[in-house]
Amino acid sequence: METEKNDILIDVRGLKKSFDGQDVLTGIDMSIRRGDIVCVIGPSGSGKSTFLRCLNCMEDPDEGQIIFDNVDLADMKVDINEHRRHMGMVFQHFNLFNNKTVIENIMLAPVYTGCQNYRRENHKLFTPGNVKKEITEKAREKALELLARIGLEDKADVYPSTLSGGQKQRVAIVRSLAMDPKVILFDEPTSALDPEMVGEVLDLMKDLAGSGMTMIVVTHEMGFAREVSNRVLFMADGTIGEDAPPENFFNSPENPRLKEFLSKVL
Amino acid sequence: MSGFDKKVDNFLRVFLNSGGYKMVLTGLKNTLIISVLGLLIGIVIGTLIAAVKVMPKYKTLPKVLNAICTFYVELFRGTPMVVQLLIFYYVLLPLIGMKMTGVQVAIWVFGLNSGAYISEMMRGGIQSVDPGQLEAGRAVGLSFATSMRLIVIPQAIKNILPTLGNEFIALIKETSVVSFVGAADLYVAFNYIGSNSYEFMVPYLAMAIIYIVLVLIISLCIRIMEKNLAKSDRRK
Repeated sequence: METEKNDILIDVRGLKKSFDGQDVLTGIDMSIRRGDIVCVIGPSGSGKSTFLRCLNCMEDPDEGQIIFDNVDLADMKVDINEHRRHMGMVFQHFNLFNNKTVIENIMLAPVYTGCQNYRRENHKLFTPGNVKKEITEKAREKALELLARIGLEDKADVYPSTLSGGQKQRVAIVRSLAMDPKVILFDEPTSALDPEMVGEVLDLMKDLAGSGMTMIVVTHEMGFAREVSNRVLFMADGTIGEDAPPENFFNSPENPRLKEFLSKVL
Repeated sequence: MSGFDKKVDNFLRVFLNSGGYKMVLTGLKNTLIISVLGLLIGIVIGTLIAAVKVMPKYKTLPKVLNAICTFYVELFRGTPMVVQLLIFYYVLLPLIGMKMTGVQVAIWVFGLNSGAYISEMMRGGIQSVDPGQLEAGRAVGLSFATSMRLIVIPQAIKNILPTLGNEFIALIKETSVVSFVGAADLYVAFNYIGSNSYEFMVPYLAMAIIYIVLVLIISLCIRIMEKNLAKSDRRK
């Protein structure tokens, strides 16, 4: 139990980020352990999304380190594409590939990286047809399994534009699962959804949490934060104002800004 | 109208008996070869330039590439196609000591020229694709180039298909200047018929009709392609 506690997956040190001279993140130190379900809440403009996007370098940090699995992602020399494959990301606006069918959306990255790894390992310029076929078959099997998990097998061959918002987001979540990530970053996954579809997405996320996936969730869903997470972060003015288990966080907050925030949203 | 009938007779005589139809067929073939290959080269060049232009620019290499591409685009948009043909044929080829036929020269010049125009269309097309698409590609670990190739550019091409069709049509019509470098196109063919029948009214009318029919066929093809590609976005 003790070793598991110290099993740090992401270690953030002195993270700073500014846009056009405006400081958005003013120095963040925190770490995330394997199996953590961390919810990040806070007023808009507090830097929640920027913080999340810095974790997989969708935004390049100005200063500081993001140590993921013993590699500093903020170092411009690391192959960020390689490491992003182990960090899933789910967006507010789903961002399913519009020119691909649902199953192609899920298979795209596994097939591409599978072929790429084969070429690298075997020093080949092209992937032979039979190898590609094998990789594709495997990816398809897995994609169908994932679709079955969210009950959308029958939507495998339709284009994303025909899905509802909730279905799109659930497909986006399993698309990130297809790469077997070590952590999934959720950037306000339910904020663009119609209210009646929020439940189905949260249910899938709860299911994931139950399976032991490490998750970092920027959200406005206080109920989800209270119920599912084991840590809640409060961000204000570019720093972490409070980092506590949900029961302490919601019942006995210490940070005055957080008290004010909670009094408004709860 | 007996005068016109006679003109048609004259035209048909040269067209059918003096090998006029062969020249027209050759001209048609060259026109199509030059415009189709020119368009394909143009799409490749234009896409590459557009990709360079939308690349994030905090490193030196993209900046240098960007400057080269800007120079290229301004050069080819700033001079008429005829001038480019003449310079390529009479200046550039002798300088590097290469021999090319008029048709080959025309294919390359048309490709280079339309590449400059298509790059601007393609840039607009790429920018019209939701930035989230590129982000999602990057987030699953694909490189900038791969995300562009597999996700963004296919959607961009769909967006600019109508303008790309216009470019193709413009290319077809502009082939009428390739005789400047000795390529036998439709103009050369009908001019031959005119000269041999001492009569230019009917040949030039026939030439106009061929161009119109070509363009109509292409417009139709583009519309069919658009319909096929639109199946992935019902909402639009």
